Amino acid sequence: MSYFSDIYNGVKTLLQGMGVTGKYFIHARKEIITQEYPDNKDTLKMFDRFRGEVVMPHDELNEHRCTGCQKCEIACPNGSIEIIWDRGIDEETGKKKKKIDKHIYHLGMCTMCGLCIEACPTDAIVWSQKFNHATLERSELTKILNKPGSVVKKGIED
Amino acid sequence: MTNTISDRFKTEEYFINMGPQHPATHGVLRLILTIDGEIIKNVEPDLGYIHRSIEKMSERDSYQQIVHLTDRMDYLSAHMNNEAVCLLVENALEMEMPERVKVIRTIMAELTRIASHLLWWGVMGMDVGALTTFMYGFRDRELINDIFEETCGARLTMNYNIPGGLMFDILPNFQQRVKDFLTHFKTKLPEYDTLLTNNVIFQKRTKGVGYLSMEDAISFGTSGPVGRGSGYSCDVRKHHPYSAYTNIDFKEVIRTEGDTLARYEVRIQEMWESIAIIENLIDNIPEGDFKVATKAVIKLPKGEFYQKVETARGELGVFVVSTGTKNPYRIKFRSPGFSNLSALNKMIVGGKIGDLVAVTSTLDLVIPDIDR
Repeated sequence: MSYFSDIYNGVKTLLQGMGVTGKYFIHARKEIITQEYPDNKDTLKMFDRFRGEVVMPHDELNEHRCTGCQKCEIACPNGSIEIIWDRGIDEETGKKKKKIDKHIYHLGMCTMCGLCIEACPTDAIVWSQKFNHATLERSELTKILNKPGSVVKKGIED
Repeated sequence: MTNTISDRFKTEEYFINMGPQHPATHGVLRLILTIDGEIIKNVEPDLGYIHRSIEKMSERDSYQQIVHLTDRMDYLSAHMNNEAVCLLVENALEMEMPERVKVIRTIMAELTRIASHLLWWGVMGMDVGALTTFMYGFRDRELINDIFEETCGARLTMNYNIPGGLMFDILPNFQQRVKDFLTHFKTKLPEYDTLLTNNVIFQKRTKGVGYLSMEDAISFGTSGPVGRGSGYSCDVRKHHPYSAYTNIDFKEVIRTEGDTLARYEVRIQEMWESIAIIENLIDNIPEGDFKVATKAVIKLPKGEFYQKVETARGELGVFVVSTGTKNPYRIKFRSPGFSNLSALNKMIVGGKIGDLVAVTSTLDLVIPDIDR
């Protein structure tokens, strides 16, 4: 008798399970999580805090906020940030002042931990929401964040 | 000639590699199987394919930098791994965290636990032959990942805990999002039972398979759902409470059967418990600071420190020997996956190859956690 009850219970549980999948088969349009990525490229918006890559925003006068204090370079766990700096004469005070020559960012080594951005005292570097980082050449992953000819904004002190 | 029939059809023991590229090992784990026909005589795990020397790298890093490496050990419970290092540093410096930090950390940890168990549930179903569960598990996990992405900025390697609190405060819509997820998820979890737990094929493949007695569970040092499936009460949240677990009441899920189905049921029940814990906390997140100011260079006092937390897989221990400098002299991670894997031989010897996949699946192995 247990032979037949086993068959009955087996078929019953299988049908119950198929009921769940059948429900989603019929209501296939409900609760869709999947995003059809390349097609929704224009409307896809990442969250504001999304860690895409480190960028240095510049304003319309080609000025950034980086004083070259190198705190991000020290905070970085894997050497993704390299700052080449120099000393220039400050026009107002006439004293020597640190200024960046190149803020080099190795995207290929970055683990997106966010410690550099936490460490920055002047909010010179921020996260961008770009997520498709694939390039054809490995060298393209090394980026110079400050634009050519850019200078530090006046009044920024660390 | 004395060539009898039984001589002619006798079988011989032979070796076979399962992995390192086998899909059912969920990573680069190599199992050297000694097999007689279909019966498994011995299983020897061979590790080291994804060894990144995280312990050695930590000796070079400051205490803030170590946290982000722990994301990469057990990536499915990244949040608890971070918490372990942060708690160790905070306890060593005798810092008292604000209630807000504790509660948010606990909510995040429980969300991570649900996400981890959901992934495990999907993959467990797929290992025993049910492809649908994989889709359903990932569908619901996606909602948690979205919450993490909005709050922490990353979906998997969050690095949200820092020594001294949290990296950012939660967003105003965080509570509503978590509540929405919980109401959604509470309707889905019973479906999982209908779909997989009660399924007759699944029951036959898991009941009585991979038995681990409570004595063995203790002597192999298993923890987490593997230990609790054998009746070993080993929940760190209960026995050595940390963060907000000190104040809240929750049940420790224990099954005494010790087989694959018991470990499965422990995880399913733990998801219900996690829901209850989050519901308990989500409405009364206390106001206050989300981080306490620390020195830019954290130096631990001279001595030895140990902190353990309950990750989705079991007990993660962090042991630090400090000489008073800004780097640890030696750091050791006691990962749950490594100890759980050591019990595999005991569970499976005498079983069939097909059972091995089901048993490794309920161990819920994350290979980067085993190798580090």
